Amino acid sequence: MRQSSRHTSYFAFLGHRLSGLALALFLPFHFLVLGLALDQGNRLDDFLKWSDQPLVKMAEWGLVGLLAIHLAFGLRLLMLEYLPWVGQRKHLVWLGGGFAAIAGVLFLIRAF
Amino acid sequence: MTKILTVKIWRGGKDGTLESYSVPARKSQTVLDVVTYIQRHLDADLSYRFACRVGMCGSCAMTVNGVPRWTCRTHVDKVSQDGQLIIEPLKNLEIIRDLTTDMVPFFEKWEKAGGRFEGKQSRADKITAIDPDSKKRLAASAAIECINCAVCYSGCDTVRARDDYVGPAALNRAWSLFNDEKHTGQRKLKKSVKADGGCYTCHTHANCSQSCPVDLDPAGSIASLKRSYSMFGSRS
Repeated sequence: MRQSSRHTSYFAFLGHRLSGLALALFLPFHFLVLGLALDQGNRLDDFLKWSDQPLVKMAEWGLVGLLAIHLAFGLRLLMLEYLPWVGQRKHLVWLGGGFAAIAGVLFLIRAF
Repeated sequence: MTKILTVKIWRGGKDGTLESYSVPARKSQTVLDVVTYIQRHLDADLSYRFACRVGMCGSCAMTVNGVPRWTCRTHVDKVSQDGQLIIEPLKNLEIIRDLTTDMVPFFEKWEKAGGRFEGKQSRADKITAIDPDSKKRLAASAAIECINCAVCYSGCDTVRARDDYVGPAALNRAWSLFNDEKHTGQRKLKKSVKADGGCYTCHTHANCSQSCPVDLDPAGSIASLKRSYSMFGSRS
């Protein structure tokens, strides 16, 4: 990363972009599993049992984190571009990061 | 004993290299002072630009320790790292020689973004009064003090990635014209700004606002253009 890019707003951009790419990679697998419900209900049940393992739950936690980051920083972008805006409003970045962290913790509490 | 700064300066064109110089440190020394010292005392062949030396002309911008800056107002003690300075030409512009870059594309993009003022009055007409407190005038005033140093252009990742992107300075200028009630070329401005390589090419990294030496907010101007030309904006 260039030295001139090391600032809060840039990290928000990176968070939004990288979480979006990771979610895009995940989506085909998501639809593949959902597709099992149509004609392979038994395989879907087996998969859901398998997904109760702690390691898979941790992976799900990562997924929830990515979703929260993408949602928060996406909303930030919409606010910056569609609300009357003066300055970089860096507090939105911290709010977004905080929201993602809280969502992650809540998921972990409910998962275990 | 005089403290010595180790200064590495880009020499040559695109394929040039960094050359090292030893420069005595002084109180309240600016980066431009350092470059000038090297040219006057160590290497008369060094090519660089400057004019006003007081932060008005925008001609002395360079990359200092990886960050684009106006060198006449950048104090060495604020940016040197362990007594070291690495001074390179501005990024995203072709190097002519040493610290001098070709600024032509930068100014051509001002034109491309519709940055030329068009009026309908002549000097014979009565001057139209503009309320200095009107919303449009306040928005224009907030964007108008650009010194064309190209620091924002040099720091912009989108300019680096896309040759056709007009960049933050040109769009900041377009935003000031959008709000200029005397500008008659609004239709042309809209077409230029909305074209490919215009405001919608910006990814809102905000490096421009972060690095602007006169504290303008080009990222805010670009966002305002996007909003104004969207279905939620007051279209001119």
